[in-house]
Amino acid sequence: MKDMQSDQKRVEVRAPLAGVFYRRPSPEDPPYVEVGDSVKKKQVLCLLETMKVFQKIKSPADGKVVGIFAQNESPVGDGDVLLVLEKE
Amino acid sequence: MFKKVLVANRGEIAVRIIRACRDLGIKTVAVYSEADRQSLHPDLADERVCLPGFKPADTYLNMEKILQAAGETGAGAVHPGYGYLAENERFAVRCGEAGLVFIGPRPENIHLAGNKLAAKEMVRAAGVPVIPGSGRGVASLEEAQAAADETGYPVIIKASAGGGGRGMRICIDQWQLKEEFSIAKAEARASFGDDTLYIEKYLENPKHIEFQILGDASGRVVHLGERECSVQRRYQKLVEESPSPALDDALREKMGRAALQLAGTINYFNAGTVEFILDKKKNFYFMEINSRLQVEHPVTEMVTGIDIVKEQIRLSMGDTLGYNYSSVPKRGWAIECRINAEDPENSFLPSPGEIENYRPPGGCGVRLDTHIYQGYRVPPYYDSLLAKLIAHGPDRESAAKIMLRALEEFVIEPVKTTIPLHKKILAHPLFREGDFDTGLIKLLVPDEEDGD
Repeated sequence: MKDMQSDQKRVEVRAPLAGVFYRRPSPEDPPYVEVGDSVKKKQVLCLLETMKVFQKIKSPADGKVVGIFAQNESPVGDGDVLLVLEKE
Repeated sequence: MFKKVLVANRGEIAVRIIRACRDLGIKTVAVYSEADRQSLHPDLADERVCLPGFKPADTYLNMEKILQAAGETGAGAVHPGYGYLAENERFAVRCGEAGLVFIGPRPENIHLAGNKLAAKEMVRAAGVPVIPGSGRGVASLEEAQAAADETGYPVIIKASAGGGGRGMRICIDQWQLKEEFSIAKAEARASFGDDTLYIEKYLENPKHIEFQILGDASGRVVHLGERECSVQRRYQKLVEESPSPALDDALREKMGRAALQLAGTINYFNAGTVEFILDKKKNFYFMEINSRLQVEHPVTEMVTGIDIVKEQIRLSMGDTLGYNYSSVPKRGWAIECRINAEDPENSFLPSPGEIENYRPPGGCGVRLDTHIYQGYRVPPYYDSLLAKLIAHGPDRESAAKIMLRALEEFVIEPVKTTIPLHKKILAHPLFREGDFDTGLIKLLVPDEEDGD
């Protein structure tokens, strides 16, 4: 029952395109989010660079970051899970 | 002189340079990233060297690895193409130190062109108007805000090492400047390996007109006429043509003279471009010098009959210019469409992936510069430019008709491209009449959000 509930609360944030995943706006800056952080809907979670265009990947809901699955500055495929949130 | 050229680039321009070298009987060395194993440039070159990795910083921006490849293959010269290391003064110097001819301007030309303040000051002194702005690099958000406050909003953030529109962001107020600054910085770093930004007053919907210049080692400079580059989306040129329907002979003469005066003052060597903006009252302002081969150089080639890449190589070997603009026969009108892997129906999102169906256009008056082919996988790591389609006719109307016909023949699937948008541009009454400015794309893509 508890698992069912957490499954329903679980939100996967996927890459809308293939590209390179960035956790921080620039190498000198801190990451946008860490595991355990509370986030607001539309808050920037990470950047995705595809063909030199940077997209801000925004949170689909209020919640908490429970996992970051993509490696910083590494390639990700179209539809890969980048982060997992638990909805509030 | 040199008998082998290392081409320090990828994509269509690497192919373009390899072809010019082959025509001249010069051997070529391609460098390629691990993501570009299947690309055309390593296949067409005489020799090829893999640059480990896929990111631009590890590969096409990696001076050490590129110079090492040149050394190991015995290349006598390096052609940087455009973007990547093309306007990197340090790279030009390093080539010289390594005994390699850098096929492009001298390091001091690159330095000055990259130093917008010095270039602007020189132009202002010569009596040509310039666009107001910060006049120097803004290292931090605070400096950017101070410069923007002094210039007055709206402002545009530009990359000092810029070109091709990357790293540019329009900001209507300080809040937008705050949000865009770090993104612009990241884009500049990814595109050029240099994240220096500057602030300029944003002028709404001007025309962009640029002059192709060439300089020889004896100090002689010539121009090859103008290119009309006003069809842009977010400062990315989409359609270019030569000549420009906005200029008459008197204005062309005046702007050409200003471009040459500037090129002569800085003792410009090899190929370059002087960019101007033109307002509705036909006042022109100097914008910047681009110390490189431009993406859109083919339209000038079609109407002058001069192969600019071969001229770059010839000039680098010490040959001199034996012509000027008035002595070059003018051959009609040329239009270029940039076919990018972007979805114009969906906020111009990049569209990487495999090209499963490919049918290039052809016929009289059509030129296609591209590195793609049936089965090619468009990697997600680099520029979205897939092809440059160039139409050449005796006058503007016939060139436009050839272009529309070629666009209709051109099939690239399932990767999304700008082909459908180009068809709309070519058919638009304002384009057909030659009465357009940088606002044209907003008329065709009206609901586009800015900078998000």
